[in-house]
Amino acid sequence: MLKIEDLTVEVNGKILLHDVNLEVEKGYTNVLFGPNGAGKSALMRTIMGFSEYSIVKGNILFNGEDITNLPVDERARRGLGIMMQRPPDMSGIKLRDLVKVASKGKKDPEALAENLDMRRFLDRDVNVGFSGGEIKRSELLQLAAQNPSLYLLDEPESGVDLVSIEQVGMTIKGLLEEGLKCPGERCKKGKSALIITHTGQVLDYVQADRGYILCNGTVMCSGNPLKMLEEIKNKGYQECITCRLMK
Amino acid sequence: MQTDEVSLKKRAKSAAEKKATYGEDFELAKYEEGSKVSKPVEDLQTLDEESKKTLLQVGIIPSEEGRSGSFLVLDNAVSHSSQKDDNVELMSTHEALEKYEWLKDYSWNLVQVDTDKYTAKTYLENADGYFIRAPAGKKSSMPVQTCLMLDSKKVSQTVHNIIVVEEGASLDIITGCTAKKGVEEGLHLGISEIYVKKGATLNFTMIHNWAEQIGVRPRTVVQVEEGGTYVSNYICLKPVRSVQTYPTVRLEGKGAVTRLNTIAIAHPGSVLDLGSRAIFNAPDTRAELISRTITIGGRLIARGEMIGNAKGAKGHLECKGLVLTDKGSQLAIPILEANVDDIELTHEAAVGKIAKDQVEYLMARGLTEEEAIGMIIRGFLDVGIKGIPEELKNEIENTITQTAFGM
Repeated sequence: MLKIEDLTVEVNGKILLHDVNLEVEKGYTNVLFGPNGAGKSALMRTIMGFSEYSIVKGNILFNGEDITNLPVDERARRGLGIMMQRPPDMSGIKLRDLVKVASKGKKDPEALAENLDMRRFLDRDVNVGFSGGEIKRSELLQLAAQNPSLYLLDEPESGVDLVSIEQVGMTIKGLLEEGLKCPGERCKKGKSALIITHTGQVLDYVQADRGYILCNGTVMCSGNPLKMLEEIKNKGYQECITCRLMK
Repeated sequence: MQTDEVSLKKRAKSAAEKKATYGEDFELAKYEEGSKVSKPVEDLQTLDEESKKTLLQVGIIPSEEGRSGSFLVLDNAVSHSSQKDDNVELMSTHEALEKYEWLKDYSWNLVQVDTDKYTAKTYLENADGYFIRAPAGKKSSMPVQTCLMLDSKKVSQTVHNIIVVEEGASLDIITGCTAKKGVEEGLHLGISEIYVKKGATLNFTMIHNWAEQIGVRPRTVVQVEEGGTYVSNYICLKPVRSVQTYPTVRLEGKGAVTRLNTIAIAHPGSVLDLGSRAIFNAPDTRAELISRTITIGGRLIARGEMIGNAKGAKGHLECKGLVLTDKGSQLAIPILEANVDDIELTHEAAVGKIAKDQVEYLMARGLTEEEAIGMIIRGFLDVGIKGIPEELKNEIENTITQTAFGM
């Protein structure tokens, strides 16, 4: 579904990511681990097409199509949807209106908001004065309206209190498994996701298929996400860097 | 002629050549004096389709549905005046001055005849206009609508309006100032003296819709007494040659409140010099002056001034301007003055382009770049103006869409 080949990205003339190779297959939920400043958010934002990231070389393929040079809205229309970690304040734009346009008028903002306990936020300006947890729920509400086929989730649990984590986790699970009759259908008909996580808390709610570790701007290795998380928790990322150097 | 009239005339004559403090200086002799007579329009619905459309574009409903009264001035002639509600009184200023002896104390009292050549000309021409009065304690459930239309080419229109909202009364007014289709050059000089008495409320919405070669010089002064509220919304979204206005609200009674909203778009060739001023002359008075302006090629000057002369006064001034092309310019000039202690006056001014991250955030939700910019502009201009008719909302919507696509 999503394939990234030898991707090198710069911002203001500085290389942030280099030679990144990564894949998210249809129905898969893949996880991106990595220390602060490794370039995880930059990678996700590059996939979405935000213009501050210039692609120096490499390709981004989505459903077999080269989307490397497509503008953000074209990518959204093809099925990419992002949950941003720090979205901008949108003064004057009501969450209700954004949810409406994101669903192309097909879904009722009230009903969607009910599930996320966000009804009282519908008439607030998007992100203005929202707490960390409220931002996450607002982003998920917009994604629920948008209904993408690939979810790019940038640290869905950061800044969320312990009680709300379950709500956020269950909502993500619900979105990824929407319309599935049984778990067996997941890899055929389910939604795909790439999730950035530091704590791994979100993995208590969604079934992750593969993990990637991004260090110093490139993918160091990939493997079983839960095992990777355990390793990282025990040994940190230094091991990964050393291991890569050994290769 | 009474002595005060003689002295006013003398003062006006002495100011006949006096340039205004701000804005392009218009040569008055170039414009023919607008006619003071025109065929009365009994029913606004009998106007031709084009004129009715022009009215709708400035919030005036020809069927008068949902309006407590209607008033139309064509050039310098009062052509229509009707009212459906006894909670409000509507007539021409001349008629009102005949009817009410006391009104002469209200006429040319707040606006000085010798302010500049435009006030002088309006006085010397003995300009007519609308008089609106909300009797004490009365509240009309529907707004009064008034329209000042330039009906002939290259004429100057002079109007003198007086509004009195008496103690405890409440009134909404929608005023549309516009030019008939095909009238692309002219001058509009409008004097408005507004009195908001003790505990009274006035919501005043003014929509300007002019043409490329029209000069506009409104002169407005408002006086608000104890516990009174004056809310003004000024909307100017279409091309015009030059508008220069600096309405002043004098808060004269304890606890008086005002809020002035300005939303404007400067098109290529347009110069909009839009100000608002609040003078706090009584304790615990409040003012909020909000300006949201966009340039798509024209020059925009947003002035704002708050003068605190009494304790406990609180005011906030906000000038925000978007620059959507390199050809346009925005100048924000906020002025705060405190002349006693225990005063809180603040301001916030920002001019610049639309933030790229905001546009792309919306694009990531599937909106095209134009749709995203349109949504941001709509949000930027939304200062919560109430009571705008559907037709005008659609008109504003179309202008915003064109603005976003024109970038």
